[in-house]
Amino acid sequence: MNIEQIRTDFPILAHPIHGHRLAYLDNAATTQKPLCVINALDHYYHHTNANIHRGVHHLSEQATAAFENARKIVQDFIHAEHSQECIFVKGTTEAVNLVASSFGSRYIQAGDEILISALEHHSNIVPWQMLCQRSGARLKVIPMNEKGELELDTLEQHFSPKTKILAIIHASNALGTLNPLKEIIHRAHAHQIPVFVDGAQTAAHLKIDVQDLDCDFFTFSGHKTYGPTGIGVLYGKTHWLEAMPPYQGGGDMILSVSFEHSLYQGLPFKFEAGTPPIAEVIALGHALEYINSLGWDTIYTHEQSLLEYATERLGSIPGLKIIGNAKNKIGVISFTLEGVHPHDIGSILDQYGVAIRTGHHCAMPIMNFFNVPATARASFGIYNTLEDIDQLITALYEVKRVFKR
Amino acid sequence: MDIRDLYQELIIEHGTQPRNCCVLENANSSAEGFNPLCGDKVCVYLKIDNVTIEKATFTGAGCAISMASASLMSEAISGKDISEILDLSLRFKECLTSDSAPPLPGKLAAFAGVREYPARVKCATLAWHTLEAAIKKSASTITTEAL
Repeated sequence: MNIEQIRTDFPILAHPIHGHRLAYLDNAATTQKPLCVINALDHYYHHTNANIHRGVHHLSEQATAAFENARKIVQDFIHAEHSQECIFVKGTTEAVNLVASSFGSRYIQAGDEILISALEHHSNIVPWQMLCQRSGARLKVIPMNEKGELELDTLEQHFSPKTKILAIIHASNALGTLNPLKEIIHRAHAHQIPVFVDGAQTAAHLKIDVQDLDCDFFTFSGHKTYGPTGIGVLYGKTHWLEAMPPYQGGGDMILSVSFEHSLYQGLPFKFEAGTPPIAEVIALGHALEYINSLGWDTIYTHEQSLLEYATERLGSIPGLKIIGNAKNKIGVISFTLEGVHPHDIGSILDQYGVAIRTGHHCAMPIMNFFNVPATARASFGIYNTLEDIDQLITALYEVKRVFKR
Repeated sequence: MDIRDLYQELIIEHGTQPRNCCVLENANSSAEGFNPLCGDKVCVYLKIDNVTIEKATFTGAGCAISMASASLMSEAISGKDISEILDLSLRFKECLTSDSAPPLPGKLAAFAGVREYPARVKCATLAWHTLEAAIKKSASTITTEAL
């Protein structure tokens, strides 16, 4: 793999920050965009802009074709059986809300149980909590151990005939833990429990095959897969999506409307009310093709080597504690430094061109579990190098110097 | 811009070993403040006698900036009149957001560097906002009692 070539594909990486080379290690929050994605947005507004699925004019036909071509790219990317199973949404958060709302209103009643895990991001907790408040269902949580791994030995204890859905994160944004998804789904299905997967942290880092996983729903965000903000994908098996009522009403999702009654479109349009972010959908297609062009083996091997190197180097810093030591992790490392609050770490690292995330990572239950108010988190992408990690380590010693640690 | 302008000796010292960091047993007003962005949390306790804050303490957890701010605030306001303190609070917040504001008195001048770090202004002002809430609460209590 030619990492220097890859780095030149991402123009932002060439911009110094506070006079230093940028070491962008906040990829779990959002990834940078390759030139092909930036150009796709630009090209769309220069040459193709029109509303889709309605015009008979040339531009509308072109925009519609490009939009639907992106859906096909998404289908191939996640290996869905049908393109109609790929719904465009704002992002992972909207996908969870869509399913909690729509699946919830169709299938979940008072006394039912919704199962999530101790590793969830707030976006895969709060929509289900809101559904519980509306419906009288109960939220149950699969616990984790001190390493940040789910306690799967006792998984079946959390299943009951009342469990209507298991909503689970593929990999933890706060700890990096990679869940053994295929096994979890298999065991849930043995109890007739459908599984919703939050794939926000994996779609850009691991090959996703929704048919092989056999998940009932899968979602990811465009902006964490080298694509634009404001766009994401919800995959759902056809039979679920067909049975579920629309999430939002409006234009584009109907066949006919009268004041007495409306007939809804079929999939995927039933779930895509209103004008979607067309440019972003098309650019997302380019982002996914960019990932495809690199190849999954290359991406996985590279990011695992970064994880291994960073774990070793961070572990050698006195007073630094890595939070989350699961056996299988994606390229995410959370840590604390004795006597220094993570926000102070973040501010000082920034002065040395190192961008990391600090805070609770929208996973306050995880912070509570490890009894820390916040952590500092470095997360890797395809363009990161060992030099980025060295820059992080050097800057962390500066933090220690400022704080006399 | 040097990171030492933000993390001055005084801020590191008070941030890591804050003064008056305890519950005030005979407090007659208190308020809680949160900075959801950082997870900083501060509770300010006041012993108010008529128009004077006799003693101020705080408890909380957060970054060095927020803890140092609460610590130095508690030192700066104990024994002062409420009107004077509210004026100081206003000046503190102004100084952190505006280049043209007059410099802060005494040790509080150490926070002038925070102005260059917009993401951290809320950390520094959290204690002062919480102080204002505690003062307001005591005023409203007094008003209610007067009625």
